[in-house]
Amino acid sequence: MAAGSPTDGAAGQRMNGPSAGERAIFTLGGLRQGALTALMMTPSVFVFATVVGAASAQKGLTLGEAMLMSLIVFAGASQMVALEVWPQRFDVAGILAVVGVTAIVNSRLILMSASLRLWLAGQPAGLTYAHLALLTDPNYVVYARHRHEGGRDAGVLVGSGVTLWLVWVIGTLPGHWLAGGIADPRRWALDLVMPIVFSVMATPLWRGHRETRAWLAAAAAALACHALVPGHWYIVAGALAGMLFAAFDPFVADEAEPAR
Amino acid sequence: VSDPFLSTWGSLVAICGMALVTYLWRGGGYFLMGFIRPHPRLTRALVALPGAVIVATVLPIILRTGPLAAVALAVGLGVMAWRRNDLVAVAAGLATAILLRVAGLPG
Repeated sequence: MAAGSPTDGAAGQRMNGPSAGERAIFTLGGLRQGALTALMMTPSVFVFATVVGAASAQKGLTLGEAMLMSLIVFAGASQMVALEVWPQRFDVAGILAVVGVTAIVNSRLILMSASLRLWLAGQPAGLTYAHLALLTDPNYVVYARHRHEGGRDAGVLVGSGVTLWLVWVIGTLPGHWLAGGIADPRRWALDLVMPIVFSVMATPLWRGHRETRAWLAAAAAALACHALVPGHWYIVAGALAGMLFAAFDPFVADEAEPAR
Repeated sequence: VSDPFLSTWGSLVAICGMALVTYLWRGGGYFLMGFIRPHPRLTRALVALPGAVIVATVLPIILRTGPLAAVALAVGLGVMAWRRNDLVAVAAGLATAILLRVAGLPG
């Protein structure tokens, strides 16, 4: 697909409101808007980073290693799971285990990245491949929301990504120092910030029965996988089920696409 | 089986491996989509993704945490539907969870 080709634009417009498929822009205003939106998420991201920092101290990582991991991996759930399988002494099998669980937990990113072809149309490739290094669930959700509301400023994706990245790296530091001396985060409901923020931010993505059906498919697959399959496959299982259902939704005809 | 190189540098190798595979995913989806002709079905699938990822991430967490989390989430979503304001909705959901926990409810 040539990014921003006419067919791309037409398909996107029919599918997803007025702005999808339109060429994206990149402005300072967008960067600032993204950074401001991400501020809402910084408390929970910071606390999560301290937890990962503390876990890495307990597993014997040096401060430098812990900071490096947050700096260049920047994917909290996968860092946590990788630390669970972190061996005391590394051999080839240990490396494979750590990299393998990281690949599994982060596999949803390949889907998110694929969908950004629609929403970064017209952006220069070099810039895009650079800032895709900062792609995580929170800034993806911020940008998906921005597009659904008719925006097309890639600065929103990058501004929120950079903010969250900085908070993530900075938060790793006190976590490693304190190494578990953190007061119970549950007391302040910090364990529920992410699920509630994600859900609230997703509400505007709901536009009707089409979303209801796809999300139910995602929910069923994720819960079934969570119950039946050990490990961390359930997010990507739910994501794939939702996408598949949306693609083959029996209530949506290919040609007679209602205007949305 | 102990390898002298890996027993010294194993952590760094593992961290770099994690970063590499994660960047492959982050850039790879975008890259591969460059070779695929857009089709309405594919577009619909990709448009459905953000919501599907959120549902698949959040629901198991709520299930693990218990009814308290479900109530807090419901309050957050209810306030969002009512006021259309993210900050107010998140604050309401979290306040609900904190109050229920202060009240001694499990979860």
